[in-house]
Amino acid sequence: WESFLPSQVLVQPVQLICLYAPAYHLILEGILILWIIRLLFSKTYKLQERSDLTPKEKEELIEEWQPEPLVPPVPKDHPALNYNVVSGPPTHIITVNGKECINFASFNFLGLLDNEKVKSAAQASLKKYGVGTCGPRGFYGTFDVHLELEERLAKFMRTEEAIIYSYGFATIASAIPAYSKRGDIVFVDEAACFAIQKGLQASRSNIKLFKHNDMADLERLLKEQETEDQKNPRKARVTRRFIVVEGLYMNTGDVCPLPELIKLKYKYKVRIFLEESLSFGVLGEHGRGITEHFGINIDDIDLISANMENSLASIGGFCCGRSFIIDHQRLSGQGYCFSASLPPLLAAAAIEALNIMEDNPDIFQTLRAKCERIHELLQGISGLKVVGESFSPALHLQLEESCGSRENDVKLLKRVVDYCMNSGIALTQARYLEKEEKCLPPPRTRTGQICIELDCCLGFLFPQIIRMSVLHYSDFTLDIQVLPLMALKPDWVTGLFQYGTNAVRGRMLNFGTGE
Amino acid sequence: MLNCTKLVTVTGYINNLPTLSGSTLRLYKRPFNEAFEETPMLVAVLTYVGYGVLTLFGYLRDFMRQWKIEKCQNATEREEQKDFVPLYQDFENFYNRNLYMRIRDSWNRPICSVPGAKVDMMERVSHDYNWTFTYTGRVIKDIINMGSYNYLGFAQKAGTCQEAAAKVLSQYGAGVCSTRQEMGNLDKHEELEKLVARFLGVESAMAYGMGFATNSMNIPALVGKGCLILSDELNHASLVLGARLSGATIRIFKHNNMQSLEKLLKDAIVHGQPRTRRPWKKILILVEGIYSMEGSIVRLPEVIALKKKYKSYLYLDEAHSIGALGPSGRGVVEYFGLSPEDVDVMMGTFTKSFGAAGGYIGGKKELIDYLRTYSHSAVYATSLSPPVVEQIITSMKCIMGEDGTNVGKARVQQLAENTRYFRRRLKEMGFIIYGNEDSPVVPLMLYMPAKIGAFGREMLKRNIGVVVVGFPATPIIESRARFCLSAAHTKEMLDTALKEINEVGDLLQLKYSRHRLVPLLDRPFDETTYEETED
Repeated sequence: WESFLPSQVLVQPVQLICLYAPAYHLILEGILILWIIRLLFSKTYKLQERSDLTPKEKEELIEEWQPEPLVPPVPKDHPALNYNVVSGPPTHIITVNGKECINFASFNFLGLLDNEKVKSAAQASLKKYGVGTCGPRGFYGTFDVHLELEERLAKFMRTEEAIIYSYGFATIASAIPAYSKRGDIVFVDEAACFAIQKGLQASRSNIKLFKHNDMADLERLLKEQETEDQKNPRKARVTRRFIVVEGLYMNTGDVCPLPELIKLKYKYKVRIFLEESLSFGVLGEHGRGITEHFGINIDDIDLISANMENSLASIGGFCCGRSFIIDHQRLSGQGYCFSASLPPLLAAAAIEALNIMEDNPDIFQTLRAKCERIHELLQGISGLKVVGESFSPALHLQLEESCGSRENDVKLLKRVVDYCMNSGIALTQARYLEKEEKCLPPPRTRTGQICIELDCCLGFLFPQIIRMSVLHYSDFTLDIQVLPLMALKPDWVTGLFQYGTNAVRGRMLNFGTGE
Repeated sequence: MLNCTKLVTVTGYINNLPTLSGSTLRLYKRPFNEAFEETPMLVAVLTYVGYGVLTLFGYLRDFMRQWKIEKCQNATEREEQKDFVPLYQDFENFYNRNLYMRIRDSWNRPICSVPGAKVDMMERVSHDYNWTFTYTGRVIKDIINMGSYNYLGFAQKAGTCQEAAAKVLSQYGAGVCSTRQEMGNLDKHEELEKLVARFLGVESAMAYGMGFATNSMNIPALVGKGCLILSDELNHASLVLGARLSGATIRIFKHNNMQSLEKLLKDAIVHGQPRTRRPWKKILILVEGIYSMEGSIVRLPEVIALKKKYKSYLYLDEAHSIGALGPSGRGVVEYFGLSPEDVDVMMGTFTKSFGAAGGYIGGKKELIDYLRTYSHSAVYATSLSPPVVEQIITSMKCIMGEDGTNVGKARVQQLAENTRYFRRRLKEMGFIIYGNEDSPVVPLMLYMPAKIGAFGREMLKRNIGVVVVGFPATPIIESRARFCLSAAHTKEMLDTALKEINEVGDLLQLKYSRHRLVPLLDRPFDETTYEETED
């Protein structure tokens, strides 16, 4: 038994070595062992020390470094550098660069910008509260008008709660990162507007783009995600999913297929955020937007965001939905918590605009009729085509065929816009930050094409204008609101027509020589 | 660079006058007295214990809610969506439910008058421990307003500014309905921008519709990938968001700590970008004029010296300091007697001193031209409302004395006097007051979570509106009350406020100060503050 003790097992061979090996051998081995120990504990490569710079070298490096200029120079003739100057109020007749034009360029869809009732409501508020709020909502920046506006918006949209922001752009851009965090997944239409893109970027979520309005493509992505989830169910249980779409797309002028989206929502358990800046106060029988347009229960949409800068002709934006969702933004919406609240006079203007919308639900039909009429009138201009829905109040004109480069297209369209401006029609070229928009790949349908937004400010509805129209054209009853446009039609449309043909011809020539 | 050893007794309380050494001394043309008294150890311990008790009770309450012993008042998910992935994380909800909800009545108090020196508030009560509020319909009149950023008292419902704004409102309407680059560039905007440039003493300026968005939408236009942003650790959320959206690398330096900034600058230039080892394209330093939670003033002379030495660019956010500092209200640059040319990007807001809304950026003509072309705000966001623009124009002209009166100048002086007086008195009473002696933002330290709600309520009972702030806006143990002084406050108002603060201070035992004022730079400099975010 004793021979099996571990100590003996170890000791015996050592004893044997010591007994039978020659002394020099032992010494050599001893030295070798020490050498190994030394190798183990010493740093052979003193990389760190060698690469360390002396203070003098550091100073030289600092001396050497030349930064880029803070901003690169902008060419003097950059199309975006010299703004059009609008003198006087930007209502349906505006003075652009000293020339009086009919305004087809603002988003004043309901003509509420110069509405006397709205103005006097704002005046009354100005007399009571002054201009600024001098604080964010949390710190004495909540006014009774803010609470009233939130309540009214919620009531108008038939949701539990609404929250207002002081800047339209910041609304959806703050709302998205309030819910979607790092690691969450957002499915987003590739034609989404810039505010959505910035919101997504701020959220640092995982972004999946689907083709514009292509539900099959969206479902493909959702399915992909589903298989992914099955592989890692633990992660899937905490990964929130959202679909972000626009009601009426700012960039394309068409509507999202909401009923299909709702089906996908329940099938794949994804929440839907809807940006309605263009469709709020435009679509639907009472102007409630895309949900009313499609007859969808508004509670099926998790969050609706819109700005008050288009139809309501004020400033700011709002989100509405169920309290469970909206209330969260009061502590997590960055643009809500950290920014001064909306000036009360602008909130008062928005409340009055809502009053008008509620009292005159027929204005939405009128607007729609006008949009369809214009849409029809603009058909068949050679060289230019109208894109988007016929009932969209922001019409997009784009070149039927590109001249080859984006730059040339822009130039050509600029000439169209200038021509119209000279004939007293203010249009505007839709502006994009091309470099930035590439954060998300640009929509395929839009590559190489530029749109002119023909934002029909069909704001001839309210008292003084109607009265004027009735006075002049009392025979007409149905088309009363389209009258100003009808009157314009001949030289305006033919002008566009002729110009369009010239442009096309010119382009063909260019093409010919180019080839 | 700074050492504070000299203690001088001034008017009965111990004040610290930092003695500046060598080259730094020459940068300052005026004394720079800033103090952050150390948190007493006992207070710190008790504060942590307080949070501990709150958390324990929170768990107990949650347990009771789960077993339906206590009614759960939370808004809940729709039945149809119960099987969706939960929208909120547990901790966030826990904090809101169990800590924030207890003192929710101290925030979002609705007012129903102009936010001037005195303000009317809508009375509200809660019968369910702050889950819901009901309005009694009564109005609490004439509360002394120590909370609004109405530095120069331009929040007025009558007077030249209001009249001018009313005129513009009736002419132009309230909104604009278009962006600057499309059809929303009114003559009023151009007029405003020329005036702002003149006011700031810069070549050119541009105005935006929201102060927050001025930062978050313009920083991305200035820097991008391959650039470095050095940001003060206490910078406002808008600067942080802008920096994040830009895609540049962000490194944080200790609050107002020039050694920390210099170390980061030096390291950045010497080592270049991480991984690729390429040199940085450019370095942008982001600082604020007055920090709104600390009441400290940026050490601008040193920042400018560093910026010049290391060839970086300086972005100065004057949200709180424009109008409120400097002999003629031109902000922190004038306060230190520096040249606006040394600041590359002068940013500020119109919300505070001008009693309006929106923000601006001023600087060299090339910078502004570039922003006019590439600013996200100019391309995609609606421009400033015309009556708001008019309010800014008239109030700014008033400050500049271009309205032919002395009113503006008098207001700037009044604010400076009020600030010194109010701060001195509070310190004498034995409160711990943070920040610079010239900063109209006055934080009074409360520390313990229970005192946040108590202070807010007690002050409101005494007809004084104050702002109280706790976690997450401040570090967890540094809860505080914040007073914002205004030129509109009269001596009587301040005295009343001080009397009541004194009383409440005794009642709640808030007089923590041991007159041992430790200046910021004597806080040990921590070498491990080198932070980096990936995007």
